[in-house]
Amino acid sequence: MSQADGPGHKGPLIYRQSIWTRVTHWIWAICLFFLLLTGLQIFNAHPALYIGQQSGFEFENSIFKIGAVNTDAGPRGQTTVFGQTFDSTALGLGMSGNPERPVYTAFPGEVTIPSYRDLGTGRVVHFFFGWIFVATIFIWFVASFINGHIRRDIVPRPADIAGVPKDIADHATLRFKHGRTYGPLQKLAYFGVFFVLFPLIVATGLTMSPGMNSIAPWMLDLFGGRQTARTIHFIVMLLLVAFFVIHIVMVFAAGPINELRSMITGWYRASPGTQVTEKDKP
Amino acid sequence: MSGLITRRNFLRSSAVAGSGLILAGCNQFDFLADKAGPGRQIMERANVLTYKVQRALIGDQTLAREYAASEIRQGQRPNGSVDPTTPEYTFLKMQNFASYRLTIKGMVEREVSFSLDQLRNMPARSQITRHDCVEGWSCIAKWTGTQLGPLLDMAGVKPTARYAVYHCFDNIQRTLSGDILYYTSSDLIDAYHPQTILSYGLNDQVLPVANGAPVRLRIERALGYKQPKYLHTIELVDDLSTFGKGRGGYWEDTGYDWYGGI
Repeated sequence: MSQADGPGHKGPLIYRQSIWTRVTHWIWAICLFFLLLTGLQIFNAHPALYIGQQSGFEFENSIFKIGAVNTDAGPRGQTTVFGQTFDSTALGLGMSGNPERPVYTAFPGEVTIPSYRDLGTGRVVHFFFGWIFVATIFIWFVASFINGHIRRDIVPRPADIAGVPKDIADHATLRFKHGRTYGPLQKLAYFGVFFVLFPLIVATGLTMSPGMNSIAPWMLDLFGGRQTARTIHFIVMLLLVAFFVIHIVMVFAAGPINELRSMITGWYRASPGTQVTEKDKP
Repeated sequence: MSGLITRRNFLRSSAVAGSGLILAGCNQFDFLADKAGPGRQIMERANVLTYKVQRALIGDQTLAREYAASEIRQGQRPNGSVDPTTPEYTFLKMQNFASYRLTIKGMVEREVSFSLDQLRNMPARSQITRHDCVEGWSCIAKWTGTQLGPLLDMAGVKPTARYAVYHCFDNIQRTLSGDILYYTSSDLIDAYHPQTILSYGLNDQVLPVANGAPVRLRIERALGYKQPKYLHTIELVDDLSTFGKGRGGYWEDTGYDWYGGI
């Protein structure tokens, strides 16, 4: 190692991510990839979202709809959100493919598994990864409760809440402090994912199952009906996609090599000035 | 030093592989549609797990939710076959189903069959339930009919029977080699479930052709493709592999899961 790599210029190498965190992280990454793309396939079978127990065909209770319409300029993709309709051809919503061979699916084949309409396969793959996703959540909660990850890094404390404004300012100026525990915004983001979004997407998914409805009819009441549960399932998906985008941006902003290393090997280069313990490496 | 480079290379290549997975679209996963493929076979085991877990959690008699009459806000949306064109069905429809018979056969002590009037004169059950299509939509309607369980008892289901196969009149798909007729199947728990009725009435009217006249089976704790329309024969069996492509139903043969409870 050269002099520049010495302890005077770099913080210590700390063991930050346990094997439980790392393995569950990558299993989730694979699961969410397949769940998202098969979920869009399933959505394409009936590309509309409603509020209530049922879908209004002779009355209106839809809040979101993707379709295709014939206009004077030929067929166009059209999306309606809360009664506001706009042309979504440019986004690939409602109509995609090339002009000679247009495809009229809600979401384009580039973001569905399979790439063509196949609800049966989409469901098989969705439920397979759904099971793995849920099992991994269970393992993560047990392991992270025991090894202190939840207490240390996930649940925000009063000091974290108080530190939010400063953390926002630090993020805005791309000054990241690589400490031993997560920062306030990190904690809030992961708390939201683990304690709100993950449980919510699993519970609303189960509420769509008629079998589950007879086991736990209270879930229908909790979410305001099967079709509302389906709508919430979709909205939580959007929030998880938003989380994923921010997550990736932050990995690149904070140092992709260091961040990736910590999630593969567990070892993380902390900021200079971080207090060194005997478990750390230089 | 070399260890560091190796690690860095490893990180870099895994990052490239990861982004490739995201950017490459998804036709490389189209192989999962191949029902004989090993990947698909493994993934379909999850459906068996879902079936077993739900069966373990649901009581055999636990009911599907029934709704108030005020929740009937629209007609029952027809889907799939809406007007079968087979000669048998066309003939029955012409004479208003006067010669219709529902037959229960297969692994039973005695084959039995019932006319529409006989079914209508049996104890009736009405239930306002939510019909969930596999596509994602739901529709609430009132179904009236007679429970299947007592009829199965009249036929005397043999202890070796494991499934009920529901044969229908409708040609759901027409191919060059002839019509494919709709069928599906269930386990005996669903067949004997108190809400499993041979419905002949919909929203206080005679069941219309578009919704499965003269008789449609309701299996209320399952999706729409488990509610066979235009039903004429119930066959008790211990093996589903001899029907269609062997997966237990028309839609099941195309790749939908057999249980249909999720």
